[in-house]
This record gives sequence, C-alpha cells and structure tokens, in this order.
Amino acid sequence: MMAEEKKARDLKWFGRQPQKLLSGHKTCQGCGIPIIVRFVMAASDKPVVTAQGTGCISVTTPTWPYTSWNVPTIHNAFACLASTLSGAETAYRALKRKGVVKKELNFVGFGGDGGSYDIGLQALSGALERKHNMLYVCYDNQAYMNTGNQRSSATNKGTATTTTPDGLVHHGKELFRKDLTEIVVSHDIPYAAQSAIYPYGDLVKKAAKAFEVKGPAFINALSPCTLFWGIDTGIAYNISKLAVETCYWPLYEVENGVYKLSFKPKEKLPVTEFLKPQKRFKHLLAPENAGIVKELQEHIDRKWEKLLKKCSEA
Amino acid sequence: MVKKTKKSEFVALVGSQAAAMAMKQIQPDVVPMYPITPASEIIEEYAKFYADGEIKGEIILVESEHSMLSAAVGAAASGARVMTATDAQGLLYCFEELSIAAGTRLPIVMNVCNRAISAPANIHPDHSDSMSAMNQGWLQIYCETAQEVYEHNFLAVRLAEKAMLPVMVMQDGFHTSGNVAKVRLFPDEKINKFLGSFKPVHSLLDVDKPMTFGAIKLMDSYFESKMQEDEAVQEALKDFLVIGKELSKITGSRYDYFEEYKLKDAEAAIVIMSATAGTVKEVIDKMRAKGKKVGLLRVKLFRPFPYDAVQKALRHLKAIGVMDRTFALGAYPPLYSEISNAVYNPEKGPAMQSYIFGIGGRYVFQKDIEKVFNELLEGKITKGIRYIGVR
Repeated sequence: MMAEEKKARDLKWFGRQPQKLLSGHKTCQGCGIPIIVRFVMAASDKPVVTAQGTGCISVTTPTWPYTSWNVPTIHNAFACLASTLSGAETAYRALKRKGVVKKELNFVGFGGDGGSYDIGLQALSGALERKHNMLYVCYDNQAYMNTGNQRSSATNKGTATTTTPDGLVHHGKELFRKDLTEIVVSHDIPYAAQSAIYPYGDLVKKAAKAFEVKGPAFINALSPCTLFWGIDTGIAYNISKLAVETCYWPLYEVENGVYKLSFKPKEKLPVTEFLKPQKRFKHLLAPENAGIVKELQEHIDRKWEKLLKKCSEA
Repeated sequence: MVKKTKKSEFVALVGSQAAAMAMKQIQPDVVPMYPITPASEIIEEYAKFYADGEIKGEIILVESEHSMLSAAVGAAASGARVMTATDAQGLLYCFEELSIAAGTRLPIVMNVCNRAISAPANIHPDHSDSMSAMNQGWLQIYCETAQEVYEHNFLAVRLAEKAMLPVMVMQDGFHTSGNVAKVRLFPDEKINKFLGSFKPVHSLLDVDKPMTFGAIKLMDSYFESKMQEDEAVQEALKDFLVIGKELSKITGSRYDYFEEYKLKDAEAAIVIMSATAGTVKEVIDKMRAKGKKVGLLRVKLFRPFPYDAVQKALRHLKAIGVMDRTFALGAYPPLYSEISNAVYNPEKGPAMQSYIFGIGGRYVFQKDIEKVFNELLEGKITKGIRYIGVR
C-alpha cells in the first residue's frame, strides 16, 4: 500500500478493501457488529487470524455449513476469547521459530461486553498481563444481547433489560456500568482505546495503531443493537454520534499510559438526547424517573471531567 | 543446553517427573500450564527444563485451568503440538473445554494425576476427576507405574494425532505421581523418529485457506457431528494397538488394552485400574501359594472401552469383583458398569460384584483385597455395591 494511501483511510479507501467478513451473515439489520469487525480488519496490513467469543457474532457469522469469514476464525466458548487467542498467538510464535509458519500475521479477537466485562474478564486480564501480541476488540452493545437482552456489567444505570426491567418498584438497572477500558488501561499495555463507528475513521485509525504495537492492544467499541436498544434499523451511525456527543461514550486512547482525547464535542449534549430515540430508555422519560436521569447525567459529567483532566484537556 | 538422552538409561523418578521427562522428549510446541496438587509437580519439572533452555517450544503461564485448556484449543487449532497437566478441581474448572477440544477434533494430550474432587475438599488419590470426564470424547488411558506414564505419553501423542482426538493419561496422584520408581528412559533419536511431526489437516494459521473452527451447528447437523466423533473414538481401539506395536519396537513393552495377571485359569478375579493393582498382584501371589485360583484384569484403555476383548478375557470366571476408585453417586460406579456391559450374559457367564475403594485417598491393604477374593470364591455376590475400608 502506498504511504499516502495508508494515511488516508477514508470511506473510498474502505470501499476498496478486500472483504474479510463477507455478506450473508445473520446479524440483525442495522447491527453495529459487522461494521466494527470490518473496520477493524480492514486496518490490518498483514493477514489476520481471528477469534470470536460466544455471542451475537458467533451465532450469526459461522452457521454451518456456511461461514461469512474469509479469514481464519475460531470460536471456542464464552469465557475464553482472550485465552483462545493467547494460545493461537503462542502457537504462531513457536511454529514461526521452527520455520513451519513463515508469514507475518496479526491476531484479533472479537467479543461482546458479556464475554469481556463479565465472564471473560479473567481471561482478558490474564492475556493482557502475559503481554501476548494480539488485539482484543470488545463490541459493546451494553447487555447480553445474544441470549435476549439480559444485563451485563456494561449496562448503564437506568437501562431496561429483561433482567432489569422497568417495573412497579425497580426501574431498570440500578447500578452504574463498569469501566472496562479503565480496567484494561491499568494493565499497562501499549495501547488501549474507546471507539465507536462515529466519526468514521476513529475505529480504523485506532485499529491500525493497535495492529502496529508490539504486545497487547484493546479497543472497546460501542455497538448499537437495533433489536434491543429499540431503535430504527438505519440509525446505528447516528445513535453512535449521539452517544459520543452526549459524552455517554467518550472516545479516547491510552498509548503507553498517556491519555489522548479523540473527540471533543463542540456542544456537549444532555444525555436525554441519546436516551430519547431508544425504547430501552423509554421509561426514563417519565417524570417520576427524572431522578434516575439526573444521576446518570451526573455520573457522565463526573467521568467526562475526570477524562478531560487525564487527557490534559481540562 | 539441551541434555540429550542418547541411549537407554535407568533413572529414579517419581511419576510426575516421568511425565515431565516424556514431555521434554516430545518437545510440544505449546504447553499452557496452571498449578494444582499433585499435577503441579509435572509443570514445575517442565518449567525447570524450560528455564534451563531445554525446551524449544513455548509455555503459557495462564491464570486458570479454563484458560489452560482454551489456550490449548487455540494452539492446537493453529497446528501446534500441545500438552498440559491437571487434576481434580482443575479438570473440573476446564470441563466445558473438554468436549470442545474433542468436538473440534484437536489432538491435545493431558496428564492427569488422579485426585478426589470436592466437596468435601480432599487432595488425595481417587478417580472421581477423570471419571467425571469420561463421556466428553477424550481417549482415556490409566497407568499403574511411572514407567507406564512415561511410555504412554509417547503413545498418546501419536494416538491423538491419528484419531484427531484429545487424550488423557492418568496416574494415581501421590501413589504414582509422588513415589520414586525405577524408570527406563529411551533415546531421543528413537522417540523423535516414532513421534514424527504433527501434520494437521487444517490450521487456523493457514491464511491462504481460511477455515472457520467452532461454527454453530443446528438441529439438522449436530447429531451427525457427534456420530462422527463417536466413530472416531471407537476407531481408536484399532489405532491404540497399531501405534502400540510400533512403540513396542523401541521400548519392548506391550501395549494391550489391559494387563492380565494369573487370569487364564482363575476362578475369581478382580478388575481394577492404576496403582492399587500392584497390591492386588501381591495378594494374588500369596493366595495362589495357598492354592486359591485368583487373578487380575487391570484395565488401561478406558475410553474407548474394549468390550469385546474384556468379555473374552473374563467370560471363563465364576466371579468378578470390580473395584472402582470413584462413586457414581446414586448409581453403579463406572468401571463396574462397563465390565457389566462387557460380560453381561443372562444365561451364563461370571457373577459380578461391585466394590468402591480408596475414595479421597483412603488406603487399601492386602487384607482388604484378600477379603474381596474370598467373597468372590465363596460366591458371596449381591446386587448392591460394597465399600472397602469405610469406618
């Protein structure tokens, strides 16, 4: 690839990339996952070897006898995306040293928030501590979507899921979400980032950086879920824009411990702008739940201020 | 500096060291490891070899047994020769990975130092761990001695790669894994020639021919996958003997499904696995000297189970006492069940008695074995299970 072309990874460039994830998979119309997966894989100059944690991705893309994967991929189980990828990456090093494998390869795993924040957190932590040369991408759709929208620790306060429904006494999840990106950052890895499909280029740029580093890299990408967020199938990009502009989902990177903000909204929108188009937050618009929205807003503001300080943007 | 084994030599090793020594000669590409008593000794020994530069491959010091076996899956799918070791709670912690490794048809070899499973917590030998895993698609070999452990590791690697199935090699925790025995080592050159190199049918690292491992299979095709897997496990009955014959040329040992000890003219026999068979053989010698016609069948290959061969070996007996070193809570224990299946003949054939012994490391003494033989010879057979050494 020409040096100039390498820098301008715009949509035209993206359109020209070979399809590593083919169409014909069974993700819902408007799902963020194939967008994220394609952006990430396109950013790799070397051939990729991929792994999937059990979740939406593993039941929609490799459904025997078909597979949408035009690159090698392995699905193992739910809690072990990071450890499976660790094994593959280690085998690669051993076999390369033996001369059995000659190509330069990039390793990337795709797991949902369930498999990354919760059941797979241990394996993720272990892989990061061992400094495997791999990229771990969490597509965060903020709940256990594959099994029908049960809460995960990535689900934010106030969200209605099937295990935290809006009822007569409890109104959605009562706990704030876990900050997985910060947990990952504390593992002192070369590259960690929070990203989204808005603005275009953020994810591709970050994935390109991630693939270049020697050692573990992590990207937490917000993944809209049309079915369970209760949004129109055509607004994955726009809802991501609102997530970013309300600072509900800040975009930043941490390179060798140095924080860098990727996007500062010209006008920080109130969180209600993000909540309004989504059925999973419908109950929060009722006046009796205004207190919850206030707490959510305060939490977002606190975390945003803290992030700005870390990024030396305050 | 790799310490080479140039010619056959005798060394004093405990069972876990024997396993580690075999692993060193095998030189697997990847060994993910996590400690648990008593299998820890195997990985500690291997880690020392690694630290001394004697291992060409990689080790992964994972953070749990679930990661140990899932990393093994990732590595084996990538075309690496993979080995590991665990037992008890460790084996249980990676339980879902057992059927995944077998169902993905990966030739991983795992040493298991049989140990009781919780609860209550107990670290001493019994077979409840590997028996819990008996139906997951892994081939299972039970060894009596450190020598057997050493030799069966080589057999297991070739068997796993031929069958495209993972293999467990068992030894009694502490009894075998922790006791010093005389072990005869074989030269690296001969072992290397026997092992050859791993040539996977598919590899995750083959970017020119990208494959999808672990796809979801729905109601219309999952059943057939399991049938294929079952066929492969059963095919291993043949593979075990063929590969065993080849290994015999190097070691001089026989690799049969089971060991028969003074069985051919016996009236009563005990069927048992692993180290306690040693005690049984001692008792047989003593009782034979007194004219009692007693014998032993020590099962080695438990999965696949060699029903036909076992039936032929046992059908002449008047009575069989099957000694299981595990409970199957609420049912007859597994070895008894398999032997029953093998010898069952409503018209004729030996009477069978089920015994459970040695649970949680409970010692078995010669007098206990003698009592079993006497019960069998006297025809004291009931449908119930008898428990040896319960207070």
